[in-house]
Amino acid sequence: MALHLFAVLVAVSTAILIFAGGLVTSTGSGLSVPDWPTTYGWFMLTFPLDKMVGGIFYEHTHRLIASVVGLLIIGLAAWLWRSEPRRWVRRLGYVALAAVITQGILGGITVLWFLPDAISIAHAGLAQLVFCLTISIALFTSPGWNRSYSRPVSEYVIADRKPLDADHTLMRVAIATTGLTYLQIIVGATMRHTDAGLAIPDFPWAFGYLVPPVWSWGIAIHYAHRVGAVLVTAVALATVGHVLYHHRQRVELRRPSLLLLALLTVQITLGALTVLTGKHYIINSLHVVTGAMVLATSLVLTLRACRPEFAGPGERDMDAGSAPRDPAYVPTVRRAGLAEQTRRPGGAHA
Amino acid sequence: MTRLFRVGLMVAALATGTAACGGGGSTESAAPTTPAPTVSPVDPATAGNVTGRIAFEGTPPKPNVVRMDSDPNCVQPGVTTTEELVLVGDGGALQNVFVYVKDGLGDLRFPIPSTPILLDQKGCHYVPHVLGVQVGQTVEVLNSDPTLHNVHAVPTANQEFNTGQPLAGMKHIHQFSTKEVMVPFKCDVHPWMRAYIGVLDHPYFAVTGIDGTYSLKGLPPGTYTVEAWHETLGTQTQTVTIGASESKEIGFSFKM
Repeated sequence: MALHLFAVLVAVSTAILIFAGGLVTSTGSGLSVPDWPTTYGWFMLTFPLDKMVGGIFYEHTHRLIASVVGLLIIGLAAWLWRSEPRRWVRRLGYVALAAVITQGILGGITVLWFLPDAISIAHAGLAQLVFCLTISIALFTSPGWNRSYSRPVSEYVIADRKPLDADHTLMRVAIATTGLTYLQIIVGATMRHTDAGLAIPDFPWAFGYLVPPVWSWGIAIHYAHRVGAVLVTAVALATVGHVLYHHRQRVELRRPSLLLLALLTVQITLGALTVLTGKHYIINSLHVVTGAMVLATSLVLTLRACRPEFAGPGERDMDAGSAPRDPAYVPTVRRAGLAEQTRRPGGAHA
Repeated sequence: MTRLFRVGLMVAALATGTAACGGGGSTESAAPTTPAPTVSPVDPATAGNVTGRIAFEGTPPKPNVVRMDSDPNCVQPGVTTTEELVLVGDGGALQNVFVYVKDGLGDLRFPIPSTPILLDQKGCHYVPHVLGVQVGQTVEVLNSDPTLHNVHAVPTANQEFNTGQPLAGMKHIHQFSTKEVMVPFKCDVHPWMRAYIGVLDHPYFAVTGIDGTYSLKGLPPGTYTVEAWHETLGTQTQTVTIGASESKEIGFSFKM
């Protein structure tokens, strides 16, 4: 449980970092600190607080939060290495560590190379992937996931990976929602870093029309982002509708579905306000972090929908030949026509 | 874990090496590789002048107030700072117009002045707002403020640079290698700060002052294209022919 709570803390910190990063771009502060990894020649952690003025406040704060998140992810990876019995989850921790290190280096390159569009967009895209990794780790270490959301153990048998409640339609539509959301974020990042955020100055129309009467690169990418919002909303509604119609009793699916609906509403509103306010920096940045929350929520829903596809308790991919590190994980063996489970003393399920 | 660590180290090394090789600010740009200038390309006995006045037609827009409270060191009590976009003086005199000879000098080459040009950062503003230099001439960017600035030039023909000046008195030295009209300067710490430098390979340029006038002196006889540039009102050109020791006056008129 402690590991799970720590993983949640890391995920929340990453969301805060994404907001801080959004503020940097929204305020045009990306180059207010010309050097990296130092800050005006100071070591990052010793930069005087009274000199955090103007754009430096946003840029340097972003660097400080990034340092904290980096340290937290190092701690998470170490904790997973030490305590997590499932090899694939441990590896996820290592991937998150490699990703956040790469993200930090990308951030430095954006400064040293004067914010090249491709690097800036990659920095934005990788930030979302790091966030997804922390969210996933938090999910995989959660008590709900590990007890398979209260499903009877007999339904999750190593020899049979397709228990009765696997819904492949839900899995497909949820995966599509998550994939399209990430693509929408990339289009949004491209729009932001190519200064196309106000290429279409009105909303909901485009120069007074449904489809822009004139075209340029900026107008095209901006319009693609608006069309993307419609597509994401459509598949998200399909996912949510499917859950509410077929799986209303499954709390682990219902809650993220309703949250996804709420976040989408907020996100579309923020997107409209971003245009109508001429890219107010707070609204603009909230739009960025809410996009990350939409992605994370869709990811959680997707992973939970796919839970039956993961090995049940008694993961097969634990270290071969070794006893599980956590005594709660006891393999379940299936016999012909009969599910048998190993019980721990005291009646706890394996 | 060991293999993953090695891979991670390689990625970090590759990225760091790429960053080290990448672009970055430099305090000194490469000297221009243009042909050697003629020592005295213009005969003073026959040189002429082009002068004039730049005017603004209509009612000038009301400048917006600039909020500088994001940096307490920039705020001056009792002083309201406004934008410098369109500065119009008495009689419609338009300030900060960069006027220069765009065409007509042929293959003449001019010596690079040894006197440096000063671009100051004072009161959290670039002073002057518009100026001209010659290719290869030294530009000194000085921080006269008790706060940090970053000197960020965003040219298209020359090399971009971004230099931090955390302390008052710090000076950045630069020489442009290619002519370019205009090179924008900004400060990412203080987003309202803007300056524009016109870089030319000859000395025939001027910036209009509070009276809107300009003067291009010492031009050899010939036909020239004179361009007037303003940061928001655009550019205008006129053709003028001057004879030996002749002075001609051409004016420009801008409007919103």
